[in-house]
Amino acid sequence: MDKLGNILHSLNFFYPEIALTLTFFILLLVDLFFRKSKHLLPVLSLIGYVITGYFSFTTPNASGFLFSTGMANVGLYITDSFAFYFKLIILLSLIYTVLFSILSKEINESTENRGEYYALLASFGLGMFLLTSSTDLITIYLAFEMVSLSSYILAGFTRKVPRSAEASLKYIIFGAVASGVMIYGISILYGLTGTTNIYLINFYLANQNYNTLTLVIAGLMIIGGFGFKISMAPFHFWTPDVYEGAPITITAVLSVASKAAGFAILIRFLKVAFVDYAATNLQASLWAILPGFQWNDILAVLSVLTMTLGNLAALWQNNLKRMLAYSSIAHAGYMLSGFVILDNQGILAILIYFAIYLFMNLGAFFIVMLISDKLGSEDIDDYTGLGYKAPFLTVSLTIFLVSLTGIPPTAGFIAKLYLFAALVNTGWLWLALVGVVNSVISLYYYMRVVKNMFLRESISTYEQKIELGHVLISFSLLIPTLVFGVYFKPLIELAEKSIRIFGF
Amino acid sequence: MSVGLYHFITLSAILFSMGIFAVLTRKNAIQVLMGIELILNSANINFVAFARYGNFGYNGQIVALFVIILAAAEAAIALAIVLNIYKHFNTVNVDEIDRLKE
Repeated sequence: MDKLGNILHSLNFFYPEIALTLTFFILLLVDLFFRKSKHLLPVLSLIGYVITGYFSFTTPNASGFLFSTGMANVGLYITDSFAFYFKLIILLSLIYTVLFSILSKEINESTENRGEYYALLASFGLGMFLLTSSTDLITIYLAFEMVSLSSYILAGFTRKVPRSAEASLKYIIFGAVASGVMIYGISILYGLTGTTNIYLINFYLANQNYNTLTLVIAGLMIIGGFGFKISMAPFHFWTPDVYEGAPITITAVLSVASKAAGFAILIRFLKVAFVDYAATNLQASLWAILPGFQWNDILAVLSVLTMTLGNLAALWQNNLKRMLAYSSIAHAGYMLSGFVILDNQGILAILIYFAIYLFMNLGAFFIVMLISDKLGSEDIDDYTGLGYKAPFLTVSLTIFLVSLTGIPPTAGFIAKLYLFAALVNTGWLWLALVGVVNSVISLYYYMRVVKNMFLRESISTYEQKIELGHVLISFSLLIPTLVFGVYFKPLIELAEKSIRIFGF
Repeated sequence: MSVGLYHFITLSAILFSMGIFAVLTRKNAIQVLMGIELILNSANINFVAFARYGNFGYNGQIVALFVIILAAAEAAIALAIVLNIYKHFNTVNVDEIDRLKE
């Protein structure tokens, strides 16, 4: 196939990304011409995301690589069910973020250029879509930077608020260093293997001699870059500051969508590049890592470090947003432990965890946003006694926090159950125990909020008027959080269909 | 003695270390950003040198071009953010910008 024909053929499978790109352009243009209309932009972005979702469902997965590079039979991009699953999560969280933004006082009052806000949100989403499907280190790096650059601006979007400006400064400094280290690692890996395609890298590593130490250094640098995105320790220092300073709608999307994209590419990169397919036991679904370096040992250490540091630091927080930031670090640690076992069962557990995490985490951030818009504070002490003044919101928040802890009958329990069961089944008992102990620690700080809301006398003059939109969005997040705790079969089936990574 | 691959790799390793050193020790946000540029350029030298001496084709050169473009975009955004910081804090000293702390 000639090159142009290949590109045209690839575009047939590229509709979701094209729809997102068009959404981005249309939002920018509409903002130029219709500055006055207030609700046009969010409605247009919602339409764009729904169309993207429609194309994601109707576009079939390509049978081969997209945008092949000519020399060998490999390409820059693929569409497989694994990427599709993460794209669904990203799209859902984008839709929720737009809905949150319509209701957010912070966004509506403090910025004049809301067109750029929605446009950047679309380009952020496009970057994450590209990241989940990339198979070449060039596209991975480009998509990674696209996600990062959009999110740096979004984190500081309420630029007249000092803490938002500070958040974006810290984000861009940490992010630029992380991506710089990552590209240096990629350059070493390129020098070692002579290719940037992760499938060819795997082929080279399986068949040629190479210097193991160089490979380990390059691999660690690249994993560090991805680890920054998923706020894995020791690359998590930006998380609390950025999550606290950024507008809360952006915090919500950062904690779910950009983490999902980071996990997708981390799993894809390690599985495609470093797993020995000749030795992989398909019956037991176990992956055999290429000889030379056992990546799972280092992942286990990082996972334990991430969940423990996140949970211990969360104990001392008084700001609810900051506490949820540390809790999201801890959740990244739990999910990372599913990856440690290098087995389809673990990946299945991560996929299930992510779907549930989407609803419970977005829900918690949504309620915190509604309360702090009225209260003007995210301090846990200011929440004292709110249980009697705003029963609907506080009960919803309690359900989300209980689910984040992982107590039945909420969905968070199912997520943790699948994860720890996978760990025990594959002989990582100690890691499962660390996870359980960490969940117990997390109970303390989640329940402190609940205790403050319900078991103490009210001091504030808070008044709550519940609007229909608030109730509808809360219910759309509450219902999955509760239903998946009891009836989770469809979710498991969807995840089981999605664990297949292209080619294997 | 002719200049070979090892000279370029050594140069890029030195540049990378200097970049990391600048990021870790400098207090001024602009100087930190300059350190980041050093890191990116060290990766560029690696890409071009490996592509040239390893006969790997043009992929490496193309990556270097992409990195240069992205570095420019990143610098533009970073400087805008630093400018905004200066408006609020009257300093671009990373150490003094610490309102977000537990």
